[in-house]
Amino acid sequence: MANMASKQASGGYDQPYYVPEHSPFPIAASVGLALFVFSLGHLLNDIKAGEGTGLASVMTFAGFAVIATTLFFWFSTQIRENHQGLPGAQLKRSYVLGMYWFIFSEVMFFAAFFGALFYVRMWVVGWLGGEGDKGITGQMLYPEFQATWPVVDNPNPALFPDPEESMAWPGFSGMLSYLPLWNTILLISSSFTVHIAHTALKNGNRQKLITWLGLTVLLGIVFLFLQIEEYSHAYSELGLTLNSGIYGSTFFLLTGFHGFHVTLGAFMLSVMFFRALKGHFKPEDHFGFEAASWYWHFVDVVWVCLFIFVYIL
Amino acid sequence: MASGHDDHHHGPAKGIKRWLFATNHKDIGTMYLVFSLAMFLLGGTFALVIRAELFQPGLQFVQPDFFNQMTTMHGLVMVFGAVMPAFVGLANWMVPLMIGAPDMALPRMNNWSFWILPFAFTMLASTLLTDAGAPNFGWTFYAPLSTTYATSSVTFFIFAVHMMGISSIMGAINIIATIQNLRAPGMTYMKMPLFVWTWLITAYLLLLVMPVLAGVVTMMLFDVHFGTSFFSAAGGGDPVLFQHVFWFFGHPEVYIMILPAFGVVSEIIATFSRKKLFGYDSMVYATSSIAFLSLIVWVHHMFVTGMPLAGELFFMYATMLIAVPTGVKVFNWVTTMFKGSISFETPMLFAIAFVVLFTCGGFTGLMLAIAPADFQYHDTYFVVAHFHYVLVPGAVFSLMAAAYYWLPKWTGNMYDENLGRVHFWLSFIGINILFFPQHFLGLAGMPRRIPDYALQFTDFNMMSTVGAFLFGFSQLIFVWVVIKCVKGGKKATAEVWDGSHGLEWTLPSPPPYHSFTTPPAIK
Repeated sequence: MANMASKQASGGYDQPYYVPEHSPFPIAASVGLALFVFSLGHLLNDIKAGEGTGLASVMTFAGFAVIATTLFFWFSTQIRENHQGLPGAQLKRSYVLGMYWFIFSEVMFFAAFFGALFYVRMWVVGWLGGEGDKGITGQMLYPEFQATWPVVDNPNPALFPDPEESMAWPGFSGMLSYLPLWNTILLISSSFTVHIAHTALKNGNRQKLITWLGLTVLLGIVFLFLQIEEYSHAYSELGLTLNSGIYGSTFFLLTGFHGFHVTLGAFMLSVMFFRALKGHFKPEDHFGFEAASWYWHFVDVVWVCLFIFVYIL
Repeated sequence: MASGHDDHHHGPAKGIKRWLFATNHKDIGTMYLVFSLAMFLLGGTFALVIRAELFQPGLQFVQPDFFNQMTTMHGLVMVFGAVMPAFVGLANWMVPLMIGAPDMALPRMNNWSFWILPFAFTMLASTLLTDAGAPNFGWTFYAPLSTTYATSSVTFFIFAVHMMGISSIMGAINIIATIQNLRAPGMTYMKMPLFVWTWLITAYLLLLVMPVLAGVVTMMLFDVHFGTSFFSAAGGGDPVLFQHVFWFFGHPEVYIMILPAFGVVSEIIATFSRKKLFGYDSMVYATSSIAFLSLIVWVHHMFVTGMPLAGELFFMYATMLIAVPTGVKVFNWVTTMFKGSISFETPMLFAIAFVVLFTCGGFTGLMLAIAPADFQYHDTYFVVAHFHYVLVPGAVFSLMAAAYYWLPKWTGNMYDENLGRVHFWLSFIGINILFFPQHFLGLAGMPRRIPDYALQFTDFNMMSTVGAFLFGFSQLIFVWVVIKCVKGGKKATAEVWDGSHGLEWTLPSPPPYHSFTTPPAIK
C-alpha cells in the first residue's frame, strides 16, 4: 500500500478540508418535526371524530414553533460562519449542489400531482363515462355519468356535490376579469424583477438590488392575495371546494401546493431583502440570495405548467 | 465558534453529544447501521408472529386483524427501517473513505436525515399500542383500504412516511453532492469503486421517486381528511390511480434496495478472488440501464387490475428487458471468480450465496413478468417467495457480507471467523427452508396475506415456519459477533484482506476520526 504521507503531499489542493462543527440544530429540528406531525395527526383525527382539539392544536403550533426557531438559528449560524470565512470553496459548491438537487426533488413532487391529473383526464374520466377500453366500468357503475372535462357533474353527487362552475378559461372576451391570467403576468414579471436584482447584486449596485428585490416580494404577495380572492370566489360563489369531486381535488391540490411554495419562496426572498438591507452579500459571494432566486424561478415554471394544464387546456 | 482548522485535531465530542450533535460521517454511519439492525430485529419479530400463526391451519395465536397489522408493519419496518437505512449507513461510512473525502458534503444535514428516522418509526410503531391498532392494509397500502376503510392510525402512517421521505431525500442529496463534489483529485467517475457508482445511481433513483411517494400519501391524507376524491370513483377519481402513483415509486424502490447490494458484492467478490473486478465498465452501464428500466416497468405489479392490451404488452417486455443488464452483472461476478485464488471468509460466503440466490429470485421475477402467467401467480405465495428471495438472500445477505467485510476496518478488530461462518451456514440453510417451499405453495394457489389456509398447504407451511425460526434466531449470532468485534479481538491491519483494493484500505483500522484531512492523490 502506498504511503499516505506522500499521497497527501502530492494532493492537488492547497487548502486542507473543512468540516463544519458539531451542531445541536439537526436533533432539535427532528424533535420539532416529530412533535409537529404527531400533534397534527391527533388534531386531524380529533376533527374527524368531532372531538375537542384544544391540546392537539396547541402542540401542533408548538411543534411548528420549534422547527421555525431551530431553522432560524441554524441559518443564522451558517451565515455567521460564512461571514467568518470558514467554509471553503468546496463546501460552498456542496451547498449549490444541495439546492440544485432539492429543487429537482420538488419537481418530482409536483410531477406526482400532474401525473394524477393527466391520468384522470386521459383515461379515468373517459372510462367512467362509458368510453374506451375500460368503459364497461362506467356503464356498470354510473350509467348516467357523462365524460367531460372539467367534471362539473360528478358520478355520485350525493357523496361529492357538483360544483356550479369550474375555473376553466373563459375565452378571450372574458380574459380581462380572469384572475389566473393576471397571476401569470404577475409571476412572470417577478421572475424578471428578481433577475434584475441579481444582476444589480453582481454589479455591486445595492440600491438597485434592494429596489428590485422589494418589488419581487411585493409581486409575490399580490399574487398570493389574488389567489386567496380566487379561492374564496370558488368556495362562496361557484360551490367549487375540495369536496366537489376530481376537478376540485386536482385543482386545489395543484394550485394549493403551488401557492404554498410561492409563500415559502416569497418568505425566502423577504429574508434576502432584509439581509440586503443589513449589508449582507458580496458581488462574488451571495449563494443565499441565488438559492432563493432559483427557487423563485422554479415556482414560476410550475405556475406556467399549471396555467396551461389546469386552467387553459 | 471554534475555527474549522483546529477542529481537525479534535477527537469525537464526549458522551451523548457525540451522537446527538454528530457531524462526523462515521458516527452518523454507525447510528444508521445500529438503527437498521434494531429495526431488522423488530421487523423480524413481526415476521415470526406471522410464521407462528401459519404453522398450522386455523387461528392459533392472533386474530385476523392483528395478523394484517403484522404483515403491514413487517413490510414497512423492513423496507424503510432496516434495508434502506442500512445502505445509507454503509454509504455514510464508506463513500467518503472510498473517494478520498474528509466527510460527507453536507454534514449537518446528514445528521438531520438520520435523526428523523427514530422519531418516524417510534410514531409508526406506537400505533400498535392504540385502540385502533396499527395500519392493517399491507405495506403497499392500496386505496380504498387505506383511505375509505382505514382506521385512525392511517394519519400517523402517512406522516411517518412523509418523515421517512424527507430523511431519504436529504440523504440522497447528500450522497450525490459528496460524490459529485468531494472526489479526490484524479478520482474520475470511471475510477470510482463500484459501490460508489451504485450508490450514486441509487441516490438519483431516490430523488426521482421519494417525492412521488410523498405525493401519493398526501393525496391519501386529503382523501381521508379533506374530502377530495383522488381514489374514489364516485367523485371521478380512481383507486387504480393510487396503484399507478404508488408503483411509480414502488418499483424503483426495489432497485433502491438492490443496487447498493450489487456494489457491495462487486467489491467483495473481487477482493476474495484476488483479481480485479471483471468488466468494470459494463457493470457501470448495466447498473445505469437497470435504473433507467426500473422507471418504466411499474405496471407489471398491476397486470390483473385491468388495462388496455398495449399496456400489458409494453410493461411485460420492458420488464423482461431488465434481465439483460442483470445477466451482465451475474456474468461479471462469475467471471471475476473464474480462475481466481478464492478464499471463503464469511463476507465471501455471503457474497457467493447472494449471487446464486439472487439469481433464483431474478428467475422467478422473469416468470412473474410474463403477463398471462402472472394472472395465475398474482397475489399468491409465489410472489412472496420471489420478492423475499431478492430481498433476504439478496439485499440482507449483501448487508451481512458488507458488515463482515468492513467490520475490521470500522472497529480495528477482526471479527470471530468461526462464529461468522456458523452464522452464514445457519442463515443460508434457514432461508432456503423458509422461502423455497413458498414457491410451491404459491403455484398450488395459496393466497398471500391470509392468517388461515386450506389443509393441503399445511406441510409446506410447517417447513417454512421451521426455517423462519432457524433463520430468525441465527441473527442473534450476528448481533453477538458484532458486539464481540466492537469490544476487542485480533487487531486488524490497514489492508485487512489479502486482495483488498481501494482508498479505504490505505487508512489505518480504525481510520482516524477525520478520514482524509487533505485530498489523497489517485493514480
